Amino acid sequence: MSILPQVIFLLVFAVAGYILFKRISFLRRNIFLGKRETRNDLPDQRWKTMLLVAFGQQKMFKKLTPAILHLMIYVAFVIINLEVLEFVIDGIFGTHRVFAPFLGSAYGVAMNIFEFLAIAVLVSCVAFLIRRNVTKVERFTKPELNGWPAMDANLILVIEIILMFAILTMNATDQILASRGIPHYTLLNGLFFSSFLQPIFQGMSDGSLVFIERFAWWFHIVGILAFAVYVTYSKHLHIFLAFPNTWYSNLKPKGEMINMPEVTNEVNMMLGIASETNQEPPTEIGRFGAKDINDLSWVNIMNAYSCTECGRCTAECPANITGKKLSPRKIMMDVRDRAEEVGKSMDSGGPGLADGKSLLGDYISKEEINACTSCNACVEACPINIDPLSIILQMRRYVSMEESAAPAQWNSMFQNMETAFSPWKFPPSDRFNWAEKVKNEEIKEN
Amino acid sequence: MAEMASSGQTPEILFWVGCAGSFDERYKAVTQAFVKILNKVGVSFAVLGPEEACTGDPARRAGNEFLFQMQAVSNIQVMNAYEVKKVVTACPHCFNTIKNEYPALGGNYEVIHHSQFLQQLINEGKIVLQGGGEFKGKKITFHDSCYLGRANEVYEAPRDVIRALDVELVEMKRCKTKGLCCGAGGAQMFKEPEPGKKDINVERAEEALATGATTIAVGCPFCLTMMSDGVKNKEKENDVKVYDLAEMLAKDMGI
Repeated sequence: MSILPQVIFLLVFAVAGYILFKRISFLRRNIFLGKRETRNDLPDQRWKTMLLVAFGQQKMFKKLTPAILHLMIYVAFVIINLEVLEFVIDGIFGTHRVFAPFLGSAYGVAMNIFEFLAIAVLVSCVAFLIRRNVTKVERFTKPELNGWPAMDANLILVIEIILMFAILTMNATDQILASRGIPHYTLLNGLFFSSFLQPIFQGMSDGSLVFIERFAWWFHIVGILAFAVYVTYSKHLHIFLAFPNTWYSNLKPKGEMINMPEVTNEVNMMLGIASETNQEPPTEIGRFGAKDINDLSWVNIMNAYSCTECGRCTAECPANITGKKLSPRKIMMDVRDRAEEVGKSMDSGGPGLADGKSLLGDYISKEEINACTSCNACVEACPINIDPLSIILQMRRYVSMEESAAPAQWNSMFQNMETAFSPWKFPPSDRFNWAEKVKNEEIKEN
Repeated sequence: MAEMASSGQTPEILFWVGCAGSFDERYKAVTQAFVKILNKVGVSFAVLGPEEACTGDPARRAGNEFLFQMQAVSNIQVMNAYEVKKVVTACPHCFNTIKNEYPALGGNYEVIHHSQFLQQLINEGKIVLQGGGEFKGKKITFHDSCYLGRANEVYEAPRDVIRALDVELVEMKRCKTKGLCCGAGGAQMFKEPEPGKKDINVERAEEALATGATTIAVGCPFCLTMMSDGVKNKEKENDVKVYDLAEMLAKDMGI
């Protein structure tokens, strides 16, 4: 038998591996354009969060229908990848169903389970296509999804459907060939789901069946490799990044804003307080807050690459619900798109971050960040613990401290606080006036 | 506080009144109600009075970290000088800031929200309720404040306080972790909203009114203002009242 298929397989495999390696390095570099931040504390809690939220899909189950549909695809993805391992070994060594002799009848059972999962994926993907394009679930109709993001989502679903059909076609033809006693093909003890496809192929010659079986095999494995590469260009990266993303979750109370020690130093100096945190002024004064992606933490950028644009955040956002421009999902998409733009520019010898553009201004407007009530609904809603609020608040810091361009009413509030120590303009000496009424009542009673 | 300190007394708690509690015409009634409960129960407490300054929360959320830290560091200096150990406040924003954000600046206190404190007093039998009074058997809904709920995961304490009043607690469609903001957080209280099709407090008031509750209970000064305005916008202010938890308890206790 010719070893040509094996050589071709190895070549395809190597090319896909190379592209993936390049792409993953690119993503990694882009993520680390963000500021360093160490989040390695409480490892037990981090593993637990990852197991529950990413592996266990805990937060998906706030809504049952999409949770079950998504779970079927997820379980199928994890388990069918075991079969891909067999595909790869078969491809390299020119074998066919290499695991079958070792597993005996268990192999047939496993194949039936895989077929069931393939059907489950088919059903889920069709349901998802309907939700997106026919019943138009509201969170899929927001303007930030127009164009490529909507196409990306539909493409992924269609590709998955085609890949599942390839598996079923391969099994159907494979078993007809085996039942005809063609060498190389192993007769399994009945494959339930693909047997429904067999009538289509029953009348065909051995030669056409071998061709279809091989075509389906190649289509499936090349399809999976192509899909793996495609994922790194798409919103679908969450299938991998959900895991580190949840591991690096913010474990502090959601209401806590991260302190800026560089400001503390100046405040202490202004108030004449000596403190152990007083340091030498840094040689290079950084920016206060965030204007561009390199001002954000690397966790923020990883968040952006992990986002699969499901829009649960936006559906819960009080600003978005009431028609404001802010959409937490768009914030995440903008961070990712800007990181991609900067990364590509850097790799092609371009100006990178110094291209005259920035995240705030060219991607995200002040109107958007000003509309946020910091209510944490988006953070709570995200099935993989993405934190859009952190990004919004860092940008507000930039606008307020570097540009002094906060909304006029906020500037008045700042002034009141500076002069009267309250956001409202009342004399500080009146702070205790409320007590008069209580005192008078007590006097009356006595 | 200054008086107690100068006479050598150490109060059990510092009641952090907050700016709304000190200056907001409507919300001063909540401060007064809470203080009357504390007096009735005989809790040893103090307030900072003119020595209290804004925690800096709205400045920080609006991006002005300098101003926030100026406020925070000054407040911490005052509280540390009085050796404050335990702080109770009725404002979830003050609660969140002092509890979660002051430690990084050297202010370490046990901080509890008044809903938690009132719940403790009820559980300990120190607050003896008269069976609900004017609220008895009435439908009451509780509006979760973001900075109490999602921000700090306090969901049950305020509900326990309401249940103690022998009322029918009804939940809004979006409640607890999914509770909808009143629209005032993140320094929105201090500016007009961005252009949109609706104000957030109106959206929330509609949801509260849909429960058929005659009282909307809140545990936050900003929520009190926003929900009251929302109810007014729907012209229901004569049928549906918005009260803070402390006011409801004080009414029941007849004080």
